[in-house]
Amino acid sequence: MLEFLKQPWPWYVAGPLVGLTVPILLILGNKSFGISSSLRHICASCMPANIPFFKYDWKKEAWNLFFVFGIFLGGAIAINLLSNPNPIEVNPKLVAELTGYGITNYNNLVPEDIMNWQSLFTVKGFLLMVVGGFLVGFGTRYAGGCTSGHAIMGLSNLQLPSLIATICFMIGGFIMANLILPLILSL
Amino acid sequence: MQQNTGAEKDLQLGALDAMCVNESTLEHKWYHNLKYLVIGILFGIVFIKSEVVSWFRIQEMFRLQSFHMYGIIGSAVLTGMISVFLIKKFNIKTIYGEPIKIAPKTFNKGQIYGGLLFGFGWAITGACPGPLFAQIGTGATIIAVTLLSAISGTWVYGYLREKLPH
Repeated sequence: MLEFLKQPWPWYVAGPLVGLTVPILLILGNKSFGISSSLRHICASCMPANIPFFKYDWKKEAWNLFFVFGIFLGGAIAINLLSNPNPIEVNPKLVAELTGYGITNYNNLVPEDIMNWQSLFTVKGFLLMVVGGFLVGFGTRYAGGCTSGHAIMGLSNLQLPSLIATICFMIGGFIMANLILPLILSL
Repeated sequence: MQQNTGAEKDLQLGALDAMCVNESTLEHKWYHNLKYLVIGILFGIVFIKSEVVSWFRIQEMFRLQSFHMYGIIGSAVLTGMISVFLIKKFNIKTIYGEPIKIAPKTFNKGQIYGGLLFGFGWAITGACPGPLFAQIGTGATIIAVTLLSAISGTWVYGYLREKLPH
C-alpha cells in the first residue's frame, strides 16, 4: 500500500480529490475554496498600514490561514513519508530545451539549478523568484482569485467572470512560457 | 441598518476580491479551524504526489507537452461542478445546519489585467499561491522569498487599488 502511494499519482486520482475540496469546505463551514486570499489576510494581519483594502476583520478569515498552513505541512509530510525516489519524468522536448539553459537537475519539484539562494542575487534569479512571486501576488489579487478561487471554485459555480479570469491566466502563461521565459532563462 | 450597510460593503469587496463573504454567521472557538488544517494537509499531500506543484509540470502545460495538468484541472472542475450542483439541488446544509451560500462573482477588468499578470507569474515561478506553501514544505527554503514577494505584490495591489482600472 505504501509503495503504491509513493508513486506519482495520476491525474484522474488527483483531479477529483482537488475538486472534492470544494464541497468539503462548503459543508464544513460555508467556506468558498480560494487560496490567494490568504496572502491578503497576511497583509491585513501584519501590515494593514491604514489601507482600506486591508481594513477588515481578518480573524474571521483565519480558517484560510489554517488551511494554507496545512498545505505547508502536507508538503513536508508527503516529501518525507511518501516521497518518490526517482526524478520527475518530463517530456523529452522539454528536457532538450531546458538542457540548453543548463537545467539538468530533476530531483526536486523546484528546479534547483536556477532557483537557489546563490542565484537569488543574480539578474536571472531575481527575475524568477522575486519578480515572478510579485506578479503572482499582485496578479491574483487584481484578478480577485487564483487557480483555486477562479478556475476551480468559480467555474464549479458556473461564474462567467471566473471563466474570463481563467482564460487570461492561460493566455498570460502561454505568452510567458513560450516567448519571454526563454529570454530570462538564457540570461 | 448600519450592520446592513456593512454587510453590503463586504459583499462588494468580496465581489472584487473573491473573499469569503458567504461565511458562517456562527461564532466558533479557534480550534474549530483545525478541521481546515487537516483538509489543508491532505490537499498538500495531493499537490506533491500529483506533481501539480512541480515547476516542470507547469512548463509542460504551457508548452502543450503533457496532458497531466489539463487532466487534473479539468477533472477537478468537473468534480466541483457536480458537487455544487448537488448541493444546490438538494439544499445540502453545513455540518452546523446552516444553508450553504456561494457569493456570485461580478465582472471587472481586473480579471483580465490581473489574470494576465498572474499568468506571467505562474509560468515564471511554476506555482500559484497554494503550491508556494507546499514547495516550502518540501524543504525548498528559497521559495520563502517567492512567497514573501507574492505577499508584497498583494500589499502593493492594495496600496494602488484605487488608481488601477477595474
